[in-house]
Amino acid sequence: MNDATAMAVTPGRVMIATLGLVATLCGVLIVSTYHGTLNAVTANKRIALERAVFKVVPGAASMKEFVATADGIAPAGPQTPTGAVEFYAAYDQAGALKGIAAEGAATGYADVVRVLYAYDPATQAISGLGVVSMRETPGIGDKIYTDQAFLANFQALDVRLSADGKALANAIKVVKHGTKRNPWEIDAISGATVTSKAVGKGINESAQRLLPRLAPNLDKLRGN
Amino acid sequence: MAIPGQKQLTHMEEFMEGIWKQNPVFVMVLGMCPVLAVSVSAVNALSMGVATTFVLVCSTLLVSLIRKVVPKEVRIATYIVIIATFVTIVDYLIQAISLKLYDALGAFIQLIVVNCIILGRAEAHASKNPPLRTVVNAMGMGLGFTIGLFALGSVREILGAGKLFGVSLFGPDFQPWVVMVLPPGGFFVLGTWLLLFNWLKQRKPAAAQPVEAHVHG
Repeated sequence: MNDATAMAVTPGRVMIATLGLVATLCGVLIVSTYHGTLNAVTANKRIALERAVFKVVPGAASMKEFVATADGIAPAGPQTPTGAVEFYAAYDQAGALKGIAAEGAATGYADVVRVLYAYDPATQAISGLGVVSMRETPGIGDKIYTDQAFLANFQALDVRLSADGKALANAIKVVKHGTKRNPWEIDAISGATVTSKAVGKGINESAQRLLPRLAPNLDKLRGN
Repeated sequence: MAIPGQKQLTHMEEFMEGIWKQNPVFVMVLGMCPVLAVSVSAVNALSMGVATTFVLVCSTLLVSLIRKVVPKEVRIATYIVIIATFVTIVDYLIQAISLKLYDALGAFIQLIVVNCIILGRAEAHASKNPPLRTVVNAMGMGLGFTIGLFALGSVREILGAGKLFGVSLFGPDFQPWVVMVLPPGGFFVLGTWLLLFNWLKQRKPAAAQPVEAHVHG
């Protein structure tokens, strides 16, 4: 600040004009960067999603986004209708349906644990698990994606629908480490029970909503 | 504007200010929030350092360019708008470069807005100095901050995960010190570095007067 301006009283309009000009300049900078990076950011998000889906559905080569509503299923639009469940249909090179992937989320020890699970319509079971985001304790909670014994729970986790097709025949349950007896139970990681439970709860809530809507419409997905 | 009686620093000295004499991490102990929070790995630390340097250099340059036309009554508001703008730009750029990195740095990218090093430099240096001198000083400060972050990040990654830049160093038998990647580990490593840095400084009596450390949040 030079001495001349420090002494004089600055008129109000000069202050407003300065702030206005600086704000306008900053606005132009932000908007041009936003537009300049938009394509790259969208492409990055798409690639990240595809990678995550292909990881839980091995052998998949392409994917499509869908939403499941009470009336059936529809390709995902820019806006997800309220109450709809988003899911991804993964196809192999020949275009045959390889599996379905969907996200589940529940509060863990530190924050929400978001996972992506694969559903295999042929066996009516969950066939893979990936972690989308989590902030659990390193070395403890992150075992949900490093512990092979825990991941083995998700190779064939039974999610058959009940006779009326309105819910899962058996809700997915997380049980204490070493006490898994049934194919719909998840054997928790010893020492990371809270995080294990969050994974189970997230998948159960998502599957209970998605699978009853999905089952009558599987042929539509195969036709694509 | 140089203080009367004080010798004007050469550009080299100006650059070295932030790296050694007034290092933001080890001497001024500024901006501790990102220093402790994102220094869990070398890559995160370097990225955070580069992002902060970018915001620091761009915003202080702009502040320096308009320093004569901004009335002092609205200068803080002006600086904050400028800093927030460059933080938003960095935010979009990182999303465009790597979403993985963006997720790893989390809210700390947006929090660069309130990093005290940047507003501190804008107010204490850029508003009183010509653009070239400002940029040189900001680059030194940015580099000093990056070095500080990297010093913490590399040690914490080596001890806490047995890796450096994601490359395993000690083989599968190494039992990682998990505490090092948790918040207490950040304080341990920072404390050890401060000890080392001050010990080095004291061994060099040539460095005229020790700069007093001020702790800010």
